[in-house]
Amino acid sequence: MQTKMKESEPILEVNNLFASTDNLPILKGVSINVYPGEIHAIMGRNGCGKSTLSKIIAGHPSYNITKGEINFLGKNVNSLEPEERAQSGIFLGFQYPIEIPGVSNLEFLRVSTNARRKFLKQEELDTFDFEDLVKEKLELVKMDSAFLSRSVNQGFSGGEKKRNEILQMALLDPAIAILDETDSGLDIDALRIVASGIKKISNNKMGIILITHYQRLLNEIKPDYVHVMSDGQIIKTGGSDLALELEKNGYEWTDNFVKEN
Amino acid sequence: MKDVVKEPYKYGFVTDIETEKISKGLNEDIIRLISSKKEEPEYLLNFRLNAFKKWQQMKEPNWAELGYDEINYQDIIYYSAPKQKEKISSLDQVDPKLLETFDKLGIPLTEQKKLTNVAVDAVFDSVSIATTFREELAEHGVIFCSISEAVKNHSDLIEKYLGSVVPATDNYFAALNSAVFSDGSFVYIPKGVTCPMDLSSYFRINSGDSGQFERTLIIAEESSSVSYLEGCTAPMFDTNTLHAAVVELIALDDASIKYSTVQNWYAGNEEGIGGIFNFVTKRGKCLGNRSKISWSQVETGSAITWKYPSCLLLGEESIGEFYSVALTNNLQQADTGTKMIHIGPKTKSTIVSKGISAGKSKNSYRGLVKMGTKAIGAKNYSQCDSMLIGDQASANTFPYITSQQQNSEIEHEASTCRISEDQLFYLQSRGIEFEEAVSMMVSGFCRDVFNQLPMEFAAEADKLLALKLEGSVG
Repeated sequence: MQTKMKESEPILEVNNLFASTDNLPILKGVSINVYPGEIHAIMGRNGCGKSTLSKIIAGHPSYNITKGEINFLGKNVNSLEPEERAQSGIFLGFQYPIEIPGVSNLEFLRVSTNARRKFLKQEELDTFDFEDLVKEKLELVKMDSAFLSRSVNQGFSGGEKKRNEILQMALLDPAIAILDETDSGLDIDALRIVASGIKKISNNKMGIILITHYQRLLNEIKPDYVHVMSDGQIIKTGGSDLALELEKNGYEWTDNFVKEN
Repeated sequence: MKDVVKEPYKYGFVTDIETEKISKGLNEDIIRLISSKKEEPEYLLNFRLNAFKKWQQMKEPNWAELGYDEINYQDIIYYSAPKQKEKISSLDQVDPKLLETFDKLGIPLTEQKKLTNVAVDAVFDSVSIATTFREELAEHGVIFCSISEAVKNHSDLIEKYLGSVVPATDNYFAALNSAVFSDGSFVYIPKGVTCPMDLSSYFRINSGDSGQFERTLIIAEESSSVSYLEGCTAPMFDTNTLHAAVVELIALDDASIKYSTVQNWYAGNEEGIGGIFNFVTKRGKCLGNRSKISWSQVETGSAITWKYPSCLLLGEESIGEFYSVALTNNLQQADTGTKMIHIGPKTKSTIVSKGISAGKSKNSYRGLVKMGTKAIGAKNYSQCDSMLIGDQASANTFPYITSQQQNSEIEHEASTCRISEDQLFYLQSRGIEFEEAVSMMVSGFCRDVFNQLPMEFAAEADKLLALKLEGSVG
């Protein structure tokens, strides 16, 4: 529950969202509002619906919204294609970035960046200008430029894949970034690199949703709000200390919560 | 996944032009008529008649993974030519409608507009219309003309080499072609000459009821080299048109021939009605030591494709290559591949085949690698990859390997993949349009082959694949 009065309009408003896949209900009335500059964390057990929520916001075709709405920058995006959502500024950092053999990472990043730039009415970049831009952004995630000449995510280690996701976030400069378990599979050093990259990219106009199991990412990036999800619903919302309590008591502690609102 | 409006086949128009056609059917008189129309010497008439005799005794092959209604060979017109003034000495005398046709196909022929880096031989139905840059090529001693002209002006070369790689009796369709071939291109590169520009033939079928039987012969003398490109389109008819071509390449010592094809014959509609039946015999003979023949092909058109560009590796250390992308959509069927016959010692061959099947199409790779008794130290590497789009298409790989030489190496790799919804979603979630995402993945899949194509051809091939796949996923 967010009670604080906000001065600006929300970037993302999820209103009482119900969704299913193959007639199996996954989301059972999720609401969440993200305002500019806010960082939200969504925590919960495996299978609670948090990854699904992120995919639905990004427009994954396997899920049907049965009720409720997703408003992005004041506009209902329920029926927009994933690419339209991405172009307008919704970014999903994948938990398991998929490998795409044969497609060069550089070309992929360029086409993707230009699709966003086109939407923003910015000039599209040719290969040379784009290389300059991407090299600058590589610094943020301490990636070697050799990554650019490889196929998208192919043969990347878990940590390299996640850094490649954050590189994309840096290039696309989204209005909202939903990062799905970006911390999973990372060692402590890689986690720090990724977290510091996210912090550098974030700004007071951007909203961020971190989906995570663990406190350790939240030690690096302090959230304004923490939501606990269970069985397709947000059962508790609090400040950053809620995550600490969760860490201390485990998810069993949340089983006793009565659904708020 | 969504439906996308399909872009129609953009080369499907028919040129309204008066044509001279002979009557339907095939018999000895028809063959004599074709030969006399072309004012051929007797040896060629005999070549044709002999082929026809053999053809009559042969059976249409049925071993390929293809299904089609029986072809009625008596219901085909074997010679069709646009009516023109008797003798054409320059392009100014070519019917403007023909020039306009090739213009529309992106192959301008006139002096002002012609492509600057490629010499073009334009073949319309049964005859060659024009060949550009002839004088410039002649300065280097390169002969590039229609095969009919070569019969008249370079009869010695024709007599020596025609049928020397693909004998008239080689197979059913080669025999048919040998009996009735109409026109095609002839290339001769003299000793030590690197052809100063790419040579290209553009084949256009215009008539709905005529078959096209072109014949191409390329001879590269010692230490010469040439890059040859071939393109093809046809109008949309709801009947099937037969295309049975023969291509023969000969490379002498240290010579190299690179032969690239972008085949975009009309493929028929979504229900599989109409389209070209493409039965082609292409073969190169690496006759000389250290000679090299490289085939690269992008096969996107035709209702049926039956085609195995091959290399006979006779010369010591000669090299054969085959790089292929075959895309089938809707109800198209393709059975394509290559034969690498290693005869000489230390011969090498490379096969890279990429098959993409979408819609309800059927796409088979069929290849033979043979190491003969003298092929000591010969090597082959084959890689055959298939990509399936949607769940109704099929892909097959039939590699045949025989070796009579222990001291030789044969390596074969094969893979099959499917474009997954998750891969598409990943690209889309980065703002990349659905269609573009598909085409990025397809061209990524084909990269190894596209890298072998001449620059302009590679870009063209990329666009062509994207166009062919529109609306196929979903």
